[in-house]
Amino acid sequence: MSETLNAVELVDICKRFPGVVANSNVNLKVRKGSAHAIVGENGAGKSTLMKILYGMQKADEGKILVDGKALVFESPSDAINVGVGMVHQHFMLADNLTVLENIILGSELKKGVKLDFAGAAKQVTDIAKRYRLELPLNEYVSELGVGDRQRIEILKVLYRGANILILDEPTAVLVPHEVDELFRALGDLKSEGITIIFISHKLDEVLEIADEITVMRAGTTVGSVNPKIQNVTAQDLAEMMVGSELPTPATTESTVTNNAVLVVNDLAVHTESGKAIVDHVSFKIHAGEIVGIAGVEGNGQSELLDALLGIVKSSGTVQFLEHNISNWPTRKRREHGIAYIPEDRQRQALLLEAPLWENRMLGHQTLPPNSKGFWLTPASAKSDTQRIVNEYDVRTPNIDVFASALSGGNQQKLIVGREMSGNPKLLIAAHPTRGVDVGAQAAIWDHLRAARAAGLAVLLISADLDELIGLSDSLKVILRGKFVADADPTTVTPQILGNAMTGAGAAA
Amino acid sequence: MTKIRKLLDVLTAPMLAITFSLIVTALILAAFGANIFEVFSKMYDYGTSTRSLTLITNTATTYYLSAVAVAIGFKMNIFNIGVNGQYRLAAMTAGAVAGWISMPGPLAAVVAILVAMFIGALWAGVAAWLKVARGISEVISTIMLNFIAIGIISYVIVQTNIGTEVKVNVRGTPKIQEGARLAGYALIDPKVKIYGFFFIAIAVGIIYWVVLNRTRFGYDLRASGLSPSAATASGVNSKRMTIYAMLASGAIAGLVGLPDLLGKEFSYTLNFPANYGFTGIAIALLGRNNPIGIAFGALLWAFLDVSSQILDLEGVPREIVTIMQGVIVLSVVVAYELVRRNRVKTQQQNVGKALAGAHANVSTSSEGSK
Repeated sequence: MSETLNAVELVDICKRFPGVVANSNVNLKVRKGSAHAIVGENGAGKSTLMKILYGMQKADEGKILVDGKALVFESPSDAINVGVGMVHQHFMLADNLTVLENIILGSELKKGVKLDFAGAAKQVTDIAKRYRLELPLNEYVSELGVGDRQRIEILKVLYRGANILILDEPTAVLVPHEVDELFRALGDLKSEGITIIFISHKLDEVLEIADEITVMRAGTTVGSVNPKIQNVTAQDLAEMMVGSELPTPATTESTVTNNAVLVVNDLAVHTESGKAIVDHVSFKIHAGEIVGIAGVEGNGQSELLDALLGIVKSSGTVQFLEHNISNWPTRKRREHGIAYIPEDRQRQALLLEAPLWENRMLGHQTLPPNSKGFWLTPASAKSDTQRIVNEYDVRTPNIDVFASALSGGNQQKLIVGREMSGNPKLLIAAHPTRGVDVGAQAAIWDHLRAARAAGLAVLLISADLDELIGLSDSLKVILRGKFVADADPTTVTPQILGNAMTGAGAAA
Repeated sequence: MTKIRKLLDVLTAPMLAITFSLIVTALILAAFGANIFEVFSKMYDYGTSTRSLTLITNTATTYYLSAVAVAIGFKMNIFNIGVNGQYRLAAMTAGAVAGWISMPGPLAAVVAILVAMFIGALWAGVAAWLKVARGISEVISTIMLNFIAIGIISYVIVQTNIGTEVKVNVRGTPKIQEGARLAGYALIDPKVKIYGFFFIAIAVGIIYWVVLNRTRFGYDLRASGLSPSAATASGVNSKRMTIYAMLASGAIAGLVGLPDLLGKEFSYTLNFPANYGFTGIAIALLGRNNPIGIAFGALLWAFLDVSSQILDLEGVPREIVTIMQGVIVLSVVVAYELVRRNRVKTQQQNVGKALAGAHANVSTSSEGSK
């Protein structure tokens, strides 16, 4: 009888890739209408497991039961047919279509030979209302922020009739109030009887939302806990995952010097229609200082970074060391020691279908070890790539695989390693640890702290407020393109900061 | 072991496509009631005679240059459909210059080559400028520029005194003097010469590979093609890159008419071969923009062209080869995409493999494989 209460049950799932086992004896029971979290390190087998459940890969052994029935999925469409839907970490949306068009894409409602947009809009609106996932249906996706895009993805899956929702790192890209909104939406979904399975690295959030947590390590499930009944802490979970203690981002002592590395004066970025996205901001970063910028995604952070890199046009002046770089092209800025960890790694920081060592060159292709004058130097670029792979623990069989073959966390480690190479003077970093596991996060923080101690100036943007507060020497809050408040990272809490970010209250 | 796998990776798609197109062609032949094996063996016999082999080499030389010109654009997602216009304008100008100037022979040939490259680049540059300054798609502008080029050529040859009557009722640029010709060498067949430009085409292939894979410019070009946004963030000036790529493509396109001009025709007439540009697009697709792949593609294409000459004598329409070429291109595009997806998937699985054995020493094993 108890079987029928499980929306999903996986029994002894094994998945082998030639010679090696990626999943072995994985057992998972997800109760109907519950939120079930799956946590584990990068490479613990979470993604493989989800791919099996979503029909993207086939298990070699074991059974998948959905609503008590044993099923075999040949493709994701088999999975969606029985109500299993997936929201990917990297959104799969067409920027130049509207929200509604994106949602119905691939399962359009038809009226004769014509698309029935009105009917579809009504259906989508009904679903959106029911789950309180309101969205501007006629807006173009390119105009929307990350939180909205995620809601589109969720709505897309619900529109296809999913009642079991798999979310891959849903909070990785969100700021606290968006996370709250997501969790509220997930709560609504749950109360409507929808089952939620989600993968996450953020253990505090997992504890907050999940009814049950399954921990994976080295390809197998090592245990399940019920945070609503048992008293579990994030530390307990981390130990189950990696057998180590949870790292903290806190920097120890101030290394701030008096040498200004970056002096930004009255910088503004305007849209084509003349709206100021970055609205005349001024700030300074000194050698050895980390300046954090807190803000809800879409308040001008991306544009600020792009302007500092010279990727978008801006007004105002930017002084970098002894140079006025306001009119410098991107390449010259990078050659003089500005390192860049962009927000969207797949779009701005990687050549997905190029080997890792060619990705090592990206952004540094005019400098050693990648080139000498006009010529590339593949041999030294390769050996330096190997160094990064070793130092930053990038999990890959070799450096000739395409960047697309790595998991998100490992891609990020490669990017961080690359940008920290070659003695940068200024690092402009957005979400440096987004999507990487606990161990790697600690390593990246260590690298950042060491570079800061050695005199690196850092402009840090992060949706992870603990990280932002822990690492930064000073904090600024950005709202609608303006700095609206300063905060002292030694006293501010994520809650106060979160309020300031939404304009609800002033920071300390 | 891995080398063999790599080679298999590269060869799978074209082999699949060629096999598939052979089957389609065989079915069509069967529908016409022709003896399939006899037709194929006749084509093979005729195509492998020393005379045919020489003709194949010469035709392939032209095709190769055309395909490299197209491939340069493809590498950064620019579709240069204007090779036709670029090479014809370039060949006419080069023919006129080489026919008029009096210089020591070899020097005149060098001048002709430089003029051709300059004119090709110039004509492609118009499309590049339109794209960068006005946002006009190069697909549209290069097609239009093809027509404009044809108009200019007709006007210059018919209406101005640059054109003369080279043969009865055939107007063209003045004959190029003996010393400035690259007529070539009779290497395979005693009667027909292999174009001197054959060797230049090989050099072009080598330069193309080196520039693409071993220079910063080539890296920027490839990065722009793989991900324009990542290239911009890495400091590539995308507008400038578009212009450079288009100019380079046009310069190589300028060479396309020269094997025939300096090797056989010695004068640019209104009957000069007209459609090498489109063949170049097909071969660039077939060869996956890779200099060696393109070489095989060009040879295959030329083989089919030359060996099809025998078909008329066999009572089989020669156009069957055109169908075959079309099927090859269509199926190779599909096959490459399948192989590409498979490659991405296998790689992800291989990485999964390394991760599943999380405690295996990943870094040393990768050093070993290097």
